[in-house]
Amino acid sequence: MKRVTLTINGTAVTREVEARLLLSDFIRHEAGLTGTHVGCEHGVCGACTIRLDGAPVRSCLMFAVQAEGHDILTVESLGTPGSLSVLQQAFQDSHGLQCGYCTPGILMTISAFLEENTDPTEDEVRHALSGHLCRCTGYQHIVDAVLLAAKRMRAG
Amino acid sequence: MKPAPFDWHAPHSLEEALALKARHGDDARFLAGGQSLVPAMNFRVAQPAVLVDLNRAAGLGGIEAQADGSLVIGAMARSAAVERHAGAGTSHPILAEALHEVAHPQVRNRGTLGGNLSHADPASEMPAVMVALNARFVLRSARGERDIVAADFFLGPLTTALAPDEMLAAIRIPALPPRSGTAWLEIARRRGDYAMMGVAAIVTLDTGGVCTAASLACCSAGPTPMTAPRAAASLVGTKVSDTDIARAADLLRQEVAPTGSVQASPAYQRHLAGVIAARALATARERAA
Repeated sequence: MKRVTLTINGTAVTREVEARLLLSDFIRHEAGLTGTHVGCEHGVCGACTIRLDGAPVRSCLMFAVQAEGHDILTVESLGTPGSLSVLQQAFQDSHGLQCGYCTPGILMTISAFLEENTDPTEDEVRHALSGHLCRCTGYQHIVDAVLLAAKRMRAG
Repeated sequence: MKPAPFDWHAPHSLEEALALKARHGDDARFLAGGQSLVPAMNFRVAQPAVLVDLNRAAGLGGIEAQADGSLVIGAMARSAAVERHAGAGTSHPILAEALHEVAHPQVRNRGTLGGNLSHADPASEMPAVMVALNARFVLRSARGERDIVAADFFLGPLTTALAPDEMLAAIRIPALPPRSGTAWLEIARRRGDYAMMGVAAIVTLDTGGVCTAASLACCSAGPTPMTAPRAAASLVGTKVSDTDIARAADLLRQEVAPTGSVQASPAYQRHLAGVIAARALATARERAA
């Protein structure tokens, strides 16, 4: 067992864990942040995506012990139910989710994507989404939500 | 879907990492980006007793353009960093072009070039690109250092020339001669999927537009990256016309040995190899001019 301190959404979380504990499981079970979802645990679905030092990565492919000394952002950092971020609001307004299982991972990827590309084409949005699987929506409303969020962000 | 227990070491230097690997041998695996190893561990098809985590070891991730136009890339350079590096866009654009197709941005943010090459999946893009570029790999162990050409590194599916105590430490990519054009082209069913077929094409022309050198390598075409030396040789001395390209594509089709997958039969992969090689060669020729 190893004692580690992870910085998640700016808050330090210290726990004693096995080296084999996945970062996704630390986030959910040790830090109690269940917005990050586990869909496949082998790096293909994207539901577990968080931002590590700003970059979207698959948290099911890291061990919690590896994340010490890094900054982790999860979906909880974006907004609250009473105060959604512009991106989250665009997803609500565009019906960009149904069951919502894939959504947190997509929000983390797209929050990074829109910081780099403020006026993406639909093709660029689809490319950015390619690491995420959604079984409900057929992706169209997700794409619409991202384009709407980008438009609203540009308008300030 | 949870990995089996292991002892985790995160040394701060390459020397420490190599000493650990020497001590534990085949009981230990290096952990680089984890984008191939951790899925295998989560499935428990890999159950290393010891992980030597390279992510805290200093100095392994550099990407440096050399004065002679070559590129030296540390094994721990993240694929995304290599993709973004100027050298990948300018002196060796095929690196950025091929990396753009590797898995997804999230995987490239964490995955490393050295890790990807050491994993040696015959369906991976970068091993084929390295073979086409005639890259050399620096292999290090507690015993010392050696370097080998990429084609000699890949021995079979997931099998490399690394000794049990060795690590791929750096990749040296030679400068491309002037008037060289390169292209990476692949076909996958969905963006980011393993390619059903992928081809790296490099063509060098002289001032008269005559080909002086050509290189072709494929992924998903056999147990290792498959070169097509007869196809490449057939272009030398020609102006790489459409007829020359068609002949080269025909030869390449005979030089690959695809074994098929759930997505494509061997015959279809062989067909794709010819189609993609022709397109990649045409693009490489345009870019060489």
